[in-house]
This record gives sequence, structure tokens and C-alpha cells, in this order.
Amino acid sequence: MPWPAEEVVLSLEKITVEFDGFRAVNGMDLSLRKNEVHFLIGPNGAGKTTMLDVMCGKARPASGRILFRDRIDLSKKKEHQIAQLGIGRKFQAPSIFSELTVEENLALSLQKKKGVFSVLFARRKEEDARAIERMLSTIGLGEVSGRRAGGLSHGQKQWLEIGMLLIQEPAVVLLDEPVAGMTDAETEKTGELLRRISVDRCVLVVEHDMEFVRQFAGKVTIMHEGKLLMEGTMDEVQADARVAEVYLGKRRDADVVGAPA
Amino acid sequence: MLLKNATVRRKIVITLAYAAVVALLACAPMFLSDFRLNLLGKFLAYGVVALGLDLIWGYTGILSLGHGIFFGIGAYCMAMYLKLEATGAGRLPDFMQWSGVTSLPWFWEPFRFFGVALLLSVLLPMLLALLLGFFTFRNRIRGVYFTILTQALVLIVVTLMIGQQAYTGGTNGITGFRHVLGFSLASPSVKNGLYYISAAALVGSFLLCRRLVRGPFGKVLQAVRDGQNRLRFLGYDPAKYQMFVFTVSAGLAGLAGVLFVLQVGIISPSMMDIVPSIEMVLWVAIGGRGSLIGAAAGALLINASKSGLSETYPDFWTFLLGGLFIVVVVFLPKGLFGLLARLGARMKGGLGDAMAGGRGRAVVGEDHR
Repeated sequence: MPWPAEEVVLSLEKITVEFDGFRAVNGMDLSLRKNEVHFLIGPNGAGKTTMLDVMCGKARPASGRILFRDRIDLSKKKEHQIAQLGIGRKFQAPSIFSELTVEENLALSLQKKKGVFSVLFARRKEEDARAIERMLSTIGLGEVSGRRAGGLSHGQKQWLEIGMLLIQEPAVVLLDEPVAGMTDAETEKTGELLRRISVDRCVLVVEHDMEFVRQFAGKVTIMHEGKLLMEGTMDEVQADARVAEVYLGKRRDADVVGAPA
Repeated sequence: MLLKNATVRRKIVITLAYAAVVALLACAPMFLSDFRLNLLGKFLAYGVVALGLDLIWGYTGILSLGHGIFFGIGAYCMAMYLKLEATGAGRLPDFMQWSGVTSLPWFWEPFRFFGVALLLSVLLPMLLALLLGFFTFRNRIRGVYFTILTQALVLIVVTLMIGQQAYTGGTNGITGFRHVLGFSLASPSVKNGLYYISAAALVGSFLLCRRLVRGPFGKVLQAVRDGQNRLRFLGYDPAKYQMFVFTVSAGLAGLAGVLFVLQVGIISPSMMDIVPSIEMVLWVAIGGRGSLIGAAAGALLINASKSGLSETYPDFWTFLLGGLFIVVVVFLPKGLFGLLARLGARMKGGLGDAMAGGRGRAVVGEDHR
């Protein structure tokens, strides 16, 4: 195993999610480790986004366990509580607050105590301004910090949203197709950003862009029809016959079924 | 450089404008007749309602068509005190005698005391709003569904008030007041005093609302309005913010009810029913949603033109209000105040561009709810 030492931050065991009787995820296992850029891939409808939904509380599993840091069971927590524990989620479509400026978007995320009265009596601190300044340069939006976020380009919006996650210093970052709709240059920049942010935290990315996965993935997990198909490095995954079958629609070969993942 | 100059100049202009408004309010008793002053005092009370409505609707994106109830409960609480004060110790209010009630109902007892009545007239609407908010916002009921529930609340409360004639005065409401804290309500100096109290309440409410919509808290409110799902995944609980703002807003409406009943001398179910509740929203819509000054000015302006026009053309007013509402909804999403601000920005040209960061956005920004 190439990744033995790192600590498991989030582990999902035998997760099943049903929507009106349809099993979107069916007994899926997944563990996320620190310092890792982990990609979750699979054909459309494999249940990837649903897995992210489960981790951040948007969808509730019908059965299975979600353990954060080995002891906190997330399946009973509300979305905002999960977010406060340090699990950040970026959605597929950029979702930022378009009426606020770039800087205000970041400040909103930075705020540590998020209760009504804590915010009401919050004072803007010098260190907060510095943290925002740093994040602006990390995501490359320093020039547009005063602009209304709704007026940013698609790529900039995506980065802003990633910045809003990162400024909370989460333990887990969940990204749903972060480079969809980006230009090649933007994609490259985003990949570099992912690599940098995986220090001290785990990053899980759902992605369709195979070139992007090849370039930046540490570990790759493939889902198919709500189940785990295989897990490994990109090389191992590419060499696997079942993966090719799922993606290319090859006929099922009797002897590969049941091969160890 | 230019930006800094412009900001400073803008601050000076705004401060001067505020000072002028306060001075105007302070001097009004000198050039208005008692009758007009009393009307203005009533409009100021309406302004307080409008501020609360703008807080919840303009800034937090929740439309309440039930603020008449919060206003009415505040007014009734004060009216109960005034009625007991007018009736005198040991006797029953007239409408209770007519209905055959023989002793004062227990829930009327606390209203013998002015302080208790005043406190309850703000706290009861807040409690009711908190309850409604608790069961709706936590269950993520919002948009039109929430609005319909506020209308249902109006129906329930008004029906209850009318049905319990022996305890509430029924359709006639409560009237026939004489004194407040020993001062005669009929005396011009007391009326002057009440006017000043209303003006102070409006200024105070304005400062409170401004404190809420500025700074980090205001940004969270805007975020609740524009994307509460996203906000949840940033670790905020939007329901708590919605409950808080709705409660504050109801408290302001209750306070306005107190000021109203002290100056108008009557409160009845028809003043807190569906139509007045909707009218309150119209003040905010026409004046300028999302701008506190606009909302308060809308309440004053519309009520002033209402009383002015209905004196001369009684039938015409309703058409005008309806027409004005349509024009505002279709052409001026930010109300008359938004139009003013936009014109102001355009006249300044280059200067306006330099400050577009702040103001242009608030005025022409698209509407998300």
C-alpha cells in the first residue's frame, strides 16, 4: 500500500442512500486521509455527488456510518454543524453571494463563531484582515477584492468559492467538479491550488476530466452504480479491465469479476 | 484620492441630510396645527412598522403579510391599560358590562400597570413571531408558503378578537381613553409630548435597524436572502437569523402599535386585518425596499398623501395606491428611494462611478430571493 501512514480523517462505512426507493449509493465504503488529494470518479449516475452530499449533511444515508476523526458520528448532525466541525463543501455550480463583494464573501466565511449574537457583536480584527489578504493572493483575486462577486468570471467565482472554504481552515475539503467550464490555463491553476491546499488536510474531488485526474490525483476511487468498483493510483486504475469496461462499455469478462480491488 | 474625497464628501452630505430630517421633525410642532401634528405622529408610528418590515423583507428576503397582527397586539396591550385607567378602580370597562361580564378577566389584571402594558405590547408580538418563526424557519418553510402562513395568522387572531367580544371589545375594538400616567390625552401639551416620543421612537428604531444591517451581521442577513443553502454549508444556521430578525421586526411593529393607540385613541380589529397588513408592505415597496430611509419615508409619504387625497377625492385614493404599486413593482424594484439614488448617481457622473462600489450595487443590483 502506498499510503499507509497518514491518519484517516473521515471514514464512511457501508453507506446506502435511497431516493424514493432508488438506491443512489449502495453499501459504499470510503476513507479520506490527511495530506491527500483523493479523486472520486465514475460514470454518470454512479453516486459520486450523493457521496459528497452524505458527507456534508445534505443527504441522509438510509444506513451506514460516517465517522469524523474516529469518534464523531456525522449522520445525526445538521449541515451547519458539520461545516463548523471542519468539513467544507464546494458545489458544482459556483455558489457565492453575488450581491456581496469578493472580500465580504471571504469575511463571511472567516467569521469563527457563527451564532446570531456572536456575529452581532463581532469586531473586525487586524488578523482577520490579514487572513483575507493572504487568501486573496492564494486564490489570485487580490485585484478584484472590492468587486461585486456576481460580476466575476466563471473561473474566478470557482476560486472564490474554494477560497471561502479554505479560509475556514477545514480538515476536509469536498469539491464537486471544480474545473468544469474552466479554460486550460484556469484548470492548470486550480490543480496547483489543490496540491497546495492538501497539506494538513484531505481534499476529495469529484471529477470527469480524466486529464485533470491523471495530472493531480494521489489516490483514485472509482464508483459504479452506487458501489465501490476499485481504488488505487491512477496507473493501477487505468490498467484495470473493469474500469475500462465501465467507461467504455466493453462486454463483461467473466474472469475479472471478483478480482481484488 | 478622488475616491477618498468623494467618500468624505458623501459622508458630509448624508450627515447633513440626517440632521435636516431630525431638525424638521423637531420643529414640526411649531408650524403644524394640532390636528396635522397628531396625524404626523401617527405616520411616524407607521414609519416604525415600515422599518421593521424592511428589515425582514428588504434585507432578509422574507415577506410577512402579517405585521398588522404584531402592530395590533402592541396597540391592544396599551389600549387595555388606557381603558382600565379611564374606567377607574373597581369598575368594569363599558363593553364588558354590556356583554354581562361580572368581574375583570384574569388576563386583564396585569394591564392595570403602565410599565407592564408597555413591556407586554413589545414582548407579546415578539413571542408570537418567535413561535411562528420557530415552527417555520427551522423546518425550512419560506417564500410564498411562509407569507401565506402569516396571512393565516392574521385571520386567526382577528377572528379570535372579534369572536371574544366580551373580553376584547369585538368589532368595535377598544376606545374611550382619558389619561396616560395621569396626563390627560386631550391636552395639547400631552399630544405634543406624544409626537416627540413618536419621533424619538422612529429615530431610535432607525438607529437600531441600521446597526443590524451594517457590518458583519448585515452581510449575513444579505447572505440569508441571497443563498441560505450556501450559508448553511459555511457553518451558519439561517433559521436562527431569520427567527431573530422576524422577532425584532415584530417587536418594532408592537412598539408602533403603542404609539398609534396613544395618539389615535382607538384600536379595532379592522386596523390590524389583512388589508392594513398588506398596506404596510406597500409602504415599504413603494418607498424603497432594502433601504431603511426609503421604507420609513414611504410610510410617511404614502400616509400623508392618503390623508391629503382622501380628504378631497375620497374614491380616488385606492386607485392611485394600486396604480402606484404596479408602477413600482414593474419599473422600480427598489422603490422611489432607489429611483432617487439612481438619479443622484447619474447626475454626479464620474464621481458616481468612483463610488459605484457601494451605491450603484445597492440600487440596481438584481433581485435574488
